[in-house]
Amino acid sequence: MSATQSTYNYKVVRQFAVMTVIWGIVGMLVGVIIAAQLVWPDLNFGPWLTYGRLRPLHTNAVIFAFGGCALFATSYYVVQRTSHARLFAGGLAAFTFWGWQLVILLAALSLPLGFTSGKEYAELEWPIDILITLVWVSYAIVFFGTIAKRKVSHIYVANWFFGSMILTVAVLHLVNSAEIPVFAAGILTPKSYSAYAGVQDAMVQWWYGHNAVGFFLTTGFLGIMYYFVPKQAGRPIYSYRLSVVHFWALIFTYMWAGPHHLHYTALPDWTQSVGMIFSLILLAPSWGGMINGIMTLSGAWGKLRDDPILKFLITSLSFYGMSTFEGPMMSIKTVNALSHYTDWTVGHVHSGALGWVAMITIGSMYYLLPRLFGKPQMHSVKLMTVHFWVATIGIVLYIASMWIAGVMQGLMWRTSNPDGTLAYSFVESVKATYPFWAIRLVGGVLFLSGMLIMAYNMFKTMAGGSTVDAPVLVPAGQHA
Amino acid sequence: MESLYLLIPLSVVLVFLIGLVFWWSLRSGQFDDLEGPGYRVLMDDDKLGDSSAEAPDIAPDLTPDPASSAGENGKKDVSG
Repeated sequence: MSATQSTYNYKVVRQFAVMTVIWGIVGMLVGVIIAAQLVWPDLNFGPWLTYGRLRPLHTNAVIFAFGGCALFATSYYVVQRTSHARLFAGGLAAFTFWGWQLVILLAALSLPLGFTSGKEYAELEWPIDILITLVWVSYAIVFFGTIAKRKVSHIYVANWFFGSMILTVAVLHLVNSAEIPVFAAGILTPKSYSAYAGVQDAMVQWWYGHNAVGFFLTTGFLGIMYYFVPKQAGRPIYSYRLSVVHFWALIFTYMWAGPHHLHYTALPDWTQSVGMIFSLILLAPSWGGMINGIMTLSGAWGKLRDDPILKFLITSLSFYGMSTFEGPMMSIKTVNALSHYTDWTVGHVHSGALGWVAMITIGSMYYLLPRLFGKPQMHSVKLMTVHFWVATIGIVLYIASMWIAGVMQGLMWRTSNPDGTLAYSFVESVKATYPFWAIRLVGGVLFLSGMLIMAYNMFKTMAGGSTVDAPVLVPAGQHA
Repeated sequence: MESLYLLIPLSVVLVFLIGLVFWWSLRSGQFDDLEGPGYRVLMDDDKLGDSSAEAPDIAPDLTPDPASSAGENGKKDVSG
């Protein structure tokens, strides 16, 4: 094996890792701004910086810029290390980086300017959709090409999660973004209409929407979990067997949870019930994975005391377990009758987005950054611990305030007088929610502050670091 | 609900494809050893700095033989 002569492609991992932190700050800053706009409506400026235009910018930035860069960085790192092979097609890998950054920049320009296809989490107009497709196909080629040239026969479980995420997101994007461009509008001021109409469009949209959550924000980040939790704990995953069962169970059952976003709408009743049943089934694989991750520390809980990276990783799993319990409960139609359209949903999303996605991303980045910049560890371990506590308190404030606000809104909206009229007008529920929006803003500011601490720590770690690529290791212990 | 005529067949096709991949992974021996891979990922020393310089010198002694486990379905000793 002459593989020891070559090196791993750390350059693209490094680029994506640094941009993960940068876009995390940008996306969360926009989130803080729109949270502030709900408290102080005067903060809506012009048509460009109003809530309606900034909200999709926030969701796109945190999901696809922050979360996307994290997935690229970690999957490129994990697939190389576990395959004992340098990344396939280096030029194409570089294209995925620059192409993805261009997508993000175009989103940051076009959404405030008002160009939107109006589909939640898929607002970007058709020229950007085409660019996303090109980048994503390149990503698939680079990832699966690396799997194909692996030096070990076994494909580590994390790669299965990453691979299924790449394939499914490709299918989701292509089907949901099928749209008919208005060429007369020109490419610089793009306009398009969805290929589907009315309730059909809604069904396709939420088939996409929920599976985007399921595969982009769950499966991909479970891939991160299955590599970085064992590596940081220095212990093998609690049950490798369970991780394989977890993967296949999740893959076979995920696809049909989407209709729970359309309870009590024009969608046929049986479709809603199918969505609810599949959502309830998902509790089993989700908790299997969560228990598998957390129990990796079984017998070594003491490591949690001093290791901030493990604090992030294990806390993220706790939030994962919590939100994957909450989600199926909210998909039950009678519960949904109370929770739908309220801030409870917003709280649920953020317990997944901040608690699970962001926390596991932060933990994996703290693991990666020193290794990518030739340092034994991050510049300041103490600041990592500070970051952990600031972020955790921020999440708790955010989720708790939204829970209270959501249940309160749901109860106010359904209360009726003896004569059948509604007891409260909508604006009364808005007024009652006001203090909770203020608490949510505080939670968001805290979480953003944590990201700023992380950026400082990152730049201090990068300063004076060496950007040398590690040599490709011949797989050790094949017959151990 | 015409969109279901697209989404349901698409799901059926996907499940069929996933089934194929599952069948391939079963036959090609991906599940022959469900203990070792968990440990092997820990043996890959990805620490930079002092330790990384030595790691490549140690590793080549353990010559890998990926072909044997990929091609055959023969029983392997999975004592863990």
